[in-house]
Amino acid sequence: MDADKVAAAGGDPAAAASRPEAIKAIPVRHWGRWISAIVIIYFVVALLYSFIKNPNVQWSVIWHYLFMRYTLIGVANTIEMTFAAMVVGAVGGTLLAVMRLSANKVLSTVSWVYIWFFRGTPVLVQILFWGYIGALYYRLYLGLPFTGLVFWSTLAADATRHIIVVAILALGLNEAAYAAELVRAGIISVDAGQTEAALSLGMSPALTMRRVVLPQAMRVIVPTFGNETISMLKTTSLVYVLGGAVELLGRMQQVYAMTFQIIPLLIVASIWYIFLTTILTIGQHYIEAYYGRGFGQDEAEAAEKRAARRDLRRAGMSHV
Amino acid sequence: MSETPIVSADQIAASAPLTGQPMVKAEQVWKSFGKLDVLKGVDLEVYPQQTYVLLGPSGGGKSTLLRCINHLEKIDAGRLWVGGDLMGYRQRGDVLHEMRSGDVARQRSLVGMVFQRFNLFPHMTAIENVMESPIHVQHVAHKQAEAEAEELLTRVGLREKLDVYPAQLSGGQQQRVAIARALAMKPKLMLFDEPTSALDPELVGEVLDVMKNLAREGMTMVVVTHEIGFAKEVADGVALIDGGVIVEEGPPNEVLVNPKEERTKVFLSKVLA
Repeated sequence: MDADKVAAAGGDPAAAASRPEAIKAIPVRHWGRWISAIVIIYFVVALLYSFIKNPNVQWSVIWHYLFMRYTLIGVANTIEMTFAAMVVGAVGGTLLAVMRLSANKVLSTVSWVYIWFFRGTPVLVQILFWGYIGALYYRLYLGLPFTGLVFWSTLAADATRHIIVVAILALGLNEAAYAAELVRAGIISVDAGQTEAALSLGMSPALTMRRVVLPQAMRVIVPTFGNETISMLKTTSLVYVLGGAVELLGRMQQVYAMTFQIIPLLIVASIWYIFLTTILTIGQHYIEAYYGRGFGQDEAEAAEKRAARRDLRRAGMSHV
Repeated sequence: MSETPIVSADQIAASAPLTGQPMVKAEQVWKSFGKLDVLKGVDLEVYPQQTYVLLGPSGGGKSTLLRCINHLEKIDAGRLWVGGDLMGYRQRGDVLHEMRSGDVARQRSLVGMVFQRFNLFPHMTAIENVMESPIHVQHVAHKQAEAEAEELLTRVGLREKLDVYPAQLSGGQQQRVAIARALAMKPKLMLFDEPTSALDPELVGEVLDVMKNLAREGMTMVVVTHEIGFAKEVADGVALIDGGVIVEEGPPNEVLVNPKEERTKVFLSKVLA
């Protein structure tokens, strides 16, 4: 086999076999790198030492509150708010993006105004606004306007007592405005030739969007949407201004308002936020890998695996 | 490339004989983009089982004509029929009604198109590209679609590449997948828009071979290309389009060998130089 290869290489085995000896040289010493590294390590160690050995950190207090049921419920509420708000944001954002790209002028204008309004005001203001909606509308109705038809109504004050609902609404509607721009950018990034190819195969515009354009847009959207989720996790902490001690920071704040252990409780909150962010980052990696299929580096290997599975299926069928 | 025909016998039997109704008929077709008139009254008739080649300088309107045939572009004036049906419109008396997108899609599913830039779906493997439309448009069962897709890809010489994503294929291989993908819909007509222009020279042959086989098996084809050799070998009709009009048309051994029009002579001398 090897002999064949050598022979095929042109009848001169020596030319094919003799690779020149690799260069051996003394590498350049980068003194600057060594010195800067030592200086940085020196300061980092000093900073860590001052923090860990600081009695005001009160590690025992941190440990006491870290896994307390009260804290864990706050963590659970933070997670719930984050995901529910992101779902509202993703669904609303996709809807707004499609409206924005629609040929219907009314739809695209409404979408534009929505995005303009919700991106134009701080999210903290929006949270407060929803929290105090009762001062604007005494009653909330679900029905057909101007017809007197009402399916359901409630006192605004009763509704805003559910802080989680208010938070999800405020954060989700705000996120929708940002997600809309994200989805729109993703859709626009897909080559027009893809739409043409899909249409030429007899796909309807809706099917083309669902099967061809959106899956490819996802490759652009997912990394940014992952960042938005991580950002949302931390933005939920703003909800503490509505009181009620629902999410993580709100609960920690509730405790230190009574015990004055401000720093230890802020550290407890920080530990949980960092932990959750890390989990999300790992999850993001796998989702990106899924939507990046067909673009990766190890595609040859993956294709072999798929081919092997196909052969197995075929062999299995022939037995039946 | 293969001995088994790419087009099934009943597909050929279904198409009318050469003397019957034209597969494509264009009557005084006009198309403009803004103030620019790209097509200025084109008449064209392509009969079933014919291979018709459109030649001409770029910007002359030949690709636009092709895109009008499957209604990717709306024509501004004239009439255009495929298989006897008006493309994109329904005529009731003297009044034309625009078709809904679903009905346009149904018409397009009978017309396969192959693009210069291949336009394979990059997030699907070769076989998934071919199966996509039969499954989601024609609602063919997954197993049947898979078997047919495998067969088509085998016939274009890609039996070993079923599970590979487009990015891992050469241009020639991608274009052959694209041809298989279009054929999977069992079209009555195939449109080729400069299918070899984006290929490295050594890959042109493999794509032209597949197209020649298709032509010989009786597929009706309209091909925009600069490959004069292909036109000479398999075309039944050739038209030179320039400035939005058909300058000259006829059988290849007349138009390509003894052109009557000065513009055809100039064009051919440039292409063959």
